[in-house]
Amino acid sequence: MSADKIWYLLTALTIVFALAVILVRNPMYSVLCLVLTFLCLSCHYILLNAQFLAVVNLIVYAGAIMVLFLFVVMFLNLREYKEETKSTLQRVAAFVVGIAILGAIVMAVRRLQYPMPSAEKFDIRTGYVEVLGETLFLDYLLPFELVTILFFVAMVGAVMLGKREKGERHF
Amino acid sequence: MDIFWIKAIIILVIFGLSLFVAMYSTWAERKVAGYMQDRPGPNRAGWGGLLQPLADAGKMFFKEDFIPAQANKWLFIAGPCLAMLTALLSSAVIPFGDTLRIDGQEIQVQGIEVNIGILWVFGIVSLGVYGVMVGGWASNNKFSLLGAIRAASQNISYELALGLSLIAVIMMTGSLSVRDIVNTQHGGGWNILFQPLGFVIFLTCAFAECNRTPFDLPECEAELIGGYHTEYSSMKLGFYLFAEYVNMFVSSCVVSALYFGGFNYPFMDKVAEALGNDATGHNIATAIGFFAFIAKALFFVFFFMWVRWTLPRFRYDQLMNLGWKSLIPLSILNIIVTGIGLMFNLRWFSWVAVVIIVAVVAVQAAMKPKAARGILEAAPVR
Repeated sequence: MSADKIWYLLTALTIVFALAVILVRNPMYSVLCLVLTFLCLSCHYILLNAQFLAVVNLIVYAGAIMVLFLFVVMFLNLREYKEETKSTLQRVAAFVVGIAILGAIVMAVRRLQYPMPSAEKFDIRTGYVEVLGETLFLDYLLPFELVTILFFVAMVGAVMLGKREKGERHF
Repeated sequence: MDIFWIKAIIILVIFGLSLFVAMYSTWAERKVAGYMQDRPGPNRAGWGGLLQPLADAGKMFFKEDFIPAQANKWLFIAGPCLAMLTALLSSAVIPFGDTLRIDGQEIQVQGIEVNIGILWVFGIVSLGVYGVMVGGWASNNKFSLLGAIRAASQNISYELALGLSLIAVIMMTGSLSVRDIVNTQHGGGWNILFQPLGFVIFLTCAFAECNRTPFDLPECEAELIGGYHTEYSSMKLGFYLFAEYVNMFVSSCVVSALYFGGFNYPFMDKVAEALGNDATGHNIATAIGFFAFIAKALFFVFFFMWVRWTLPRFRYDQLMNLGWKSLIPLSILNIIVTGIGLMFNLRWFSWVAVVIIVAVVAVQAAMKPKAARGILEAAPVR
């Protein structure tokens, strides 16, 4: 099987799983479909020869964030939230807003002039971890450090939130 | 023969080997337990009980395969499958041996050689949580759910320290490929000599990731009936239990590759020289390296069992305190000290971290009032 056939298959799978996330009724299935979507995205990265990004995507999204999602869904009492009826006004508003956003995205993508890399100039090492590290730590050092500070602040915030308050009972 | 088929055979051999070792680990575990508790262990099926794993598998298959009425059927089936899948996937990047020379081509004795090898293992380990969580949730049983949540939070917590202790090794090697990590240890410079603290942290986290005693809280039968697999029976339960043994073998392989030189062994250059440089000699040298690697891995499998039948189980809060308040800070300290060492080209520098820790612990123990001393802290004051 050639690479573009694999690409078509993968993209079809990705879209199917992504649609399943919003169309499936059971939140548990939604979360698992989202995990499968991330797996497919990782496969896309591997097709682009960016193994590092693929694995980091797997570790961070599929391995850490989706596990937290699953935690929350597990604690929900699923039976209580089964039938949530919405008024007609809400439905119409949701439809209109959805169509508007879709239109905006389609327009934006059509206007976008993305520079396509030429096949001769393409460097096969672009996605390698060495190249990525050099780019991050030489060309984009300041944004990288800022992101680090952002993460640090988030971590401190999480610790503060999780801290036991005075007089609170613990088990 | 085409290179594709040779690679396919190597992958099949690795696959079969991990299953075979896992199968006989169940036998060895009971033998080790028997020896430590002064009883014979399994000795009825076959010579020395050697057919016991087959008998167990037969029993598992013929038991009633029960699915609870209110359970989510598909996810109930998917749970053990996921556990088994993630257990078997991670051995793909482990270099079991050097190269085989066939028809003038060098073929690596390894599933796949990728430049992110160790991250692949880490990624698959982080996916391993799903098997437990999905199975525990789908059982529709409160105790299963509690067991699954405990297992998942334990795995996530210890993943962090595991990853941080890996970083020190990666810093020393300058590569994420497991084969590169093994090759830099060629000539006696095994990472255990330079990363003692990292090794201890990694091994502890490997125990917790495999859900082995002293960290087998997920299936703590005294508190949770049977943990996440309470509702499982027949071969589905067998898959969960078997996945634990596969994980054990794979993590033993990773430990011996990262810290104990992988397929390197003392005087291997002299052996390779004596065997000659032609294809046969090279292949025999590779085979000896392969067996050296398996021997190291099997030692760690034995170590897992040794610890299991020696130490009692942790309490859950002790487990979390150990993970978050001891292992993560220690591994960060290890990274910093290793980094300072690398700056001045001193590879042994992380021993300084060990010295610091020993000093701090000794001072703390000396400062503590006598009544509060003990291996395990007293129960928290309410």
